Amino acid sequence: MPIEDLFGDGLKVINIGLESFATGIRQAGGEAVHVEWRPPAEIAPGLMERVRAHAGAIRTANAEAAKRFLAGAPFVVGMGRAGEVIPGMRRDLLLHAGPPVDWARMCGPMRGAVLGALIYEGMAATPADAERLAAAGKVSFAPCHEHGAVGPMAGVVSWSMPVFVIRNETFGNLAFTTQNEGLGKVLRYGAYGEDVIRRLKWMEETLYPALRQAVEHLGRIDLKAVIAQALHMGDEVHNRNRAATSLLYRTLAPAVVRTAPDPGTAAAVLEFIGGNDHFFLNLSMAACKALLDPLAGIPGCSLVTVMARNGTEFGVKLAGTGGRWFTGPAPVPDALYFPGFSKADANPDIGDSAITETGSLGGFAIAAAPAIVQFVGGSAADAAQYTLQMYEITETEHTAWQIPGLNFRGTPVGIDAVKVVSTGILPFIDTGVAHRDAGVGQVGAGVLTAPMEPFRRAFEAFAETLNQ
Amino acid sequence: MIIKGKIKPGEYFDSVTLMLVGRDLTGLAGVQDAAVIMGTRENLAILEASGLLCAELAAAGETDLLLAVKAADGETAARALDAAERLLAERKGKTADQAAGFSVRSLDGALRAQPGSQLALISVAGRYAAAEAWNALDRGLHVMLFSDNVTLESEIALKRAARDRGLLVMGPDCGTAILNGVPLGFANAVERGAVGIVAAAGTGLQEVSVIVSNAGAGISQALGTGGRDVKEAVGGIMFVEALQALAGDPATAVILLVSKPPHPSVMERVAETCRTISKPVVSIFLGAPPDGAGVFSTHAAATLEEAALVAARIARDGAAAAAEAAGCVRRELDARDATLLAEADPLAAGLAPGRRYLRGLFSGGTFCSEAQVILRGKLSALWSNAPAGDARALDDPLHSRENTLVDLGEDAFTVGRPHPMIDYDLRQRRMADELRDPETAVILLDVVLGFGSHPDPAGELAPLVRDAAGKVCVVCSVTGTDRDPQNRSRVERALTEAGARVMPSNAAASLLAGAVCACRQR
Repeated sequence: MPIEDLFGDGLKVINIGLESFATGIRQAGGEAVHVEWRPPAEIAPGLMERVRAHAGAIRTANAEAAKRFLAGAPFVVGMGRAGEVIPGMRRDLLLHAGPPVDWARMCGPMRGAVLGALIYEGMAATPADAERLAAAGKVSFAPCHEHGAVGPMAGVVSWSMPVFVIRNETFGNLAFTTQNEGLGKVLRYGAYGEDVIRRLKWMEETLYPALRQAVEHLGRIDLKAVIAQALHMGDEVHNRNRAATSLLYRTLAPAVVRTAPDPGTAAAVLEFIGGNDHFFLNLSMAACKALLDPLAGIPGCSLVTVMARNGTEFGVKLAGTGGRWFTGPAPVPDALYFPGFSKADANPDIGDSAITETGSLGGFAIAAAPAIVQFVGGSAADAAQYTLQMYEITETEHTAWQIPGLNFRGTPVGIDAVKVVSTGILPFIDTGVAHRDAGVGQVGAGVLTAPMEPFRRAFEAFAETLNQ
Repeated sequence: MIIKGKIKPGEYFDSVTLMLVGRDLTGLAGVQDAAVIMGTRENLAILEASGLLCAELAAAGETDLLLAVKAADGETAARALDAAERLLAERKGKTADQAAGFSVRSLDGALRAQPGSQLALISVAGRYAAAEAWNALDRGLHVMLFSDNVTLESEIALKRAARDRGLLVMGPDCGTAILNGVPLGFANAVERGAVGIVAAAGTGLQEVSVIVSNAGAGISQALGTGGRDVKEAVGGIMFVEALQALAGDPATAVILLVSKPPHPSVMERVAETCRTISKPVVSIFLGAPPDGAGVFSTHAAATLEEAALVAARIARDGAAAAAEAAGCVRRELDARDATLLAEADPLAAGLAPGRRYLRGLFSGGTFCSEAQVILRGKLSALWSNAPAGDARALDDPLHSRENTLVDLGEDAFTVGRPHPMIDYDLRQRRMADELRDPETAVILLDVVLGFGSHPDPAGELAPLVRDAAGKVCVVCSVTGTDRDPQNRSRVERALTEAGARVMPSNAAASLLAGAVCACRQR
């Protein structure tokens, strides 16, 4: 294209830097859009140039990854005990949220969940016994993500816990997630009292058999369709799951009634789901996990396949950097706290639930959830602004998941680590907040911006995978 | 410590709104804890656990809204409860749509917000600028790099890539350009017309575009390249690209080249390109041997003013009259210069004994160079912090000696402060210094108008010009048009009324200032 093609009438300018230049251009009859520019991440010299030299190949790889994500079709296809269905599961293994972490570096709420799980499994009689067991190295720990699973908050999964089995019908891969316990003092927030264990037992002995039969009766449940509808009904399926849970309830209820051993059980199961707005959260997470796993291993792909936190560190994986975790310290969220609690009580960010943001939902789709915009400044416009910013670091837009308030624009799909470090714009995540001490539980809910460190490290490792 | 509570029967807010109001209440002076929640059984348990459950709330029902505060005294608690009701009322009335426009945070975001964007104007700190320029080129955008401190290697790589893709990279350190009549960076509101400019000198571009416009012609395009483009290392990549683009532009009838003398290898490349162009080419390579460019350009001018006037005349009279244009302009300028020189003697005669020297205080680097070129051979003992021609380098740019011409836009002056075209403080203080020096005869100034420049330069300079009256002769030129935000006529009038001699160009101002001092130094 010769330079002369630029010559003519009018000029459309992108202004990056001094804002007064944009003003001058507009005064003189030109058009200008001003970029609210921020310095990019500091990265090792030469790496951005290397990435640029491979831009064509990266573009192709990222487009392929986005295609796979959009082609995915996650369905609930059954239920089972973790020990029976999760690959590599052992009786002495506990899965947890986020990147790898050992007992010594575990935060309070995750330790609490570990104690609870050991008591629940009958491996320890008291919290003190459980603590000795964990500290002595008698149990091993591994990230849920390394076993095809995802868990909210502490995300602890043990041998006997029932899990949903989700299959991505397009690619055949499976994902696993537990049944959501509800709010208040629950294992995932680090509570391990008797009532917590009792509820888990009820979920294992009553809820699970009923749901398993209901799912068998239904054959499968289309999670992609539920999420698409819920986005139209005010959910972003991370901090707000009220619509999605209701839709799931509507699907499950007749099946539960038909298959439950008695009306009392059916009622108790449906009351439990109906009384827990977040029941769908684990499924929206597993749907995203099932959609994202087929992206892993695409060479030269700079898209993020995992964002997850263990309450100590924030971890990231990229499609093009194999199984490596890239981590940095987990930040403490900006939150609204329950009465009697403050930021001083808050644990650093925890949970696998950022898989929803990785999958274009949650904070990335907050413009779809006006009911919770108080978390981001109080107006629907604030929420729209957050979602709009996420389009600047993503590969494409969803074809089925839409945001009504943005004229049914698709959700922002495929976080590109190259765009994150070169714009300095970080993923925006909805989250719950756990008390920093084991045993207390949830103290608030809010939002946070992902830390730059894991993305910087991921970017550098990604650049190293490219030929010089 | 006192606990007070209130029930608002049947009121409903979502839990997040309630938490938010609770947080605001807890922030009030004297309030230790507060809760604003619906009266469910679970919430009553929470209130009890946090010690906020008081007698007033005991009868609450599931659909009631509860307010509870723990405060230092009863009065504070009552005030906090009032505040809670007020905050809730505000929440109700809050309109959803506050922001009309959404901010854009990246180049890609800008491309989505403004489809069909053609050019990225980049003025971020130099160390980040190249990366942004690459992003822009990769998306097929032309680039103007206002930023300086971009490495030479980056400049070369960017310009080579741009050439391969048919894109412009103007800069780094390109302060001004005019594209399709739209001024970019520091530029003036000039008429559109048939003169196309390629410039490796920023204020040089402003001066010629303004003179062309004020002479009744206009500018098709004015493309900057940054000063380093015409050095050997870059090899004039963009200078030649821009020249060829104007050659192929049907709206451009005459091409005007502006630069300090390019490296000989670059000069040769420019000459080669010019030989393939059928349009008239007027050049001003400031300080180059007068006929150096004569071999390839239709006319090689000695000053920015002359170059601009010749180009304007060719644009008006057509290419056929190009041969005579130069002669006509030269004759008019000679006549004008003769009247100026005649003014010098009476001006010099009015100065006190001992006042001998010229002090030029420039905001435009090209003007400082041009003044030195014009005064070459006319004044001896010429010093500058940016020496050109015969001038010698000042050891200390902060202090003048004998005849001194300083470029106040040089790094020594601008690190950590705005450019002197924007901020007149530095020039005001330096001018006050020069006025105190009993040897100062003439102060020579450039006043640059246009987008980005100071909105009221006359207001900044007039008080000092008045101080000079009767002691020191102030000579200046005003680079601008009547369509500029500052309005050239108004600025000229204000400076004239203050007592300055306002000249139509930097060349004329330099000539007059030099002549007055020459009289004093005889």
